[in-house]
Amino acid sequence: MLERMLIISAVLFCVGLYGALSRRHIIAVLMSVEIMFNAVNLALVAFSRYTVPAAFRFAGAPDGAERFLLTGQTLALFVIVVAAAEIALGLALVIALARRRDTVDISDLNLLRR
Amino acid sequence: MALDNAFAEAVFWMLAIVSVGSAVLVVQLRSMFRAALMLVVSFFGVAGLFAMANAEFLAVAQALIYGGGIAVLVIFAVMMTRDVDQGNRSTHVQPVALLMGAALLAALLYSIVQAEWAVLPDALPAPFASVFVDTPARLGRLLLSDFVLAFEVAGVLLLAAVVGALSLVREER
Repeated sequence: MLERMLIISAVLFCVGLYGALSRRHIIAVLMSVEIMFNAVNLALVAFSRYTVPAAFRFAGAPDGAERFLLTGQTLALFVIVVAAAEIALGLALVIALARRRDTVDISDLNLLRR
Repeated sequence: MALDNAFAEAVFWMLAIVSVGSAVLVVQLRSMFRAALMLVVSFFGVAGLFAMANAEFLAVAQALIYGGGIAVLVIFAVMMTRDVDQGNRSTHVQPVALLMGAALLAALLYSIVQAEWAVLPDALPAPFASVFVDTPARLGRLLLSDFVLAFEVAGVLLLAAVVGALSLVREER
């Protein structure tokens, strides 16, 4: 189960990476980044559910150890929060950019090159 | 996994195909609007995969935040910008991007298959058996004890994001 989940996560991440590098529309790039966030979350959840924390394997589980199994899910929750903040700010930037420069094509955004 | 095994397998692969397939469509479709809709489908597929891995709370959070909030934001932004129909063209580095994506995928797949994972059995052993029964309550307790600092910082981050987004799109007078 773990390996399948990780493989799906890896495929999603690489699809997102390809999209983020190859698309021209800024919103398409942002959507690809969201796919990558999703892939990372999937890996976190899979690790949280299907692996044993390394310390427990040798020492056995101490009292209250079961909560360590949920650390991955907690991290995934924070990733969702950060992704929400990122997409809100990113889209606000896109709208401001579309208003000011009248373009959403990243190939036109080369102000620093001139 | 509580479900009947063959049925669970079928559901798992369906969710996998849906989430990966629609993600591929997101980066391939020409129309930005359709790509945004496919993104929503992909979000819901991943939410289903969360539910399969005993992360029910995260599945619901994913469906609400990604499938609800972020999807609406993205579709709004797509409709407020120009070039909706032919905006999804490729840059000139597309072959390099494809190569890098494929190389990273190969490396990841190789390491995933080769690594010796210390896997928990499907039927969890004694101290862990009860963890995935009431995850929302346990997550809440964790967030307000061990991770309370991160929890508070996340609140500040969201506030800063809201204020920043508002000041970015405000009409100037």
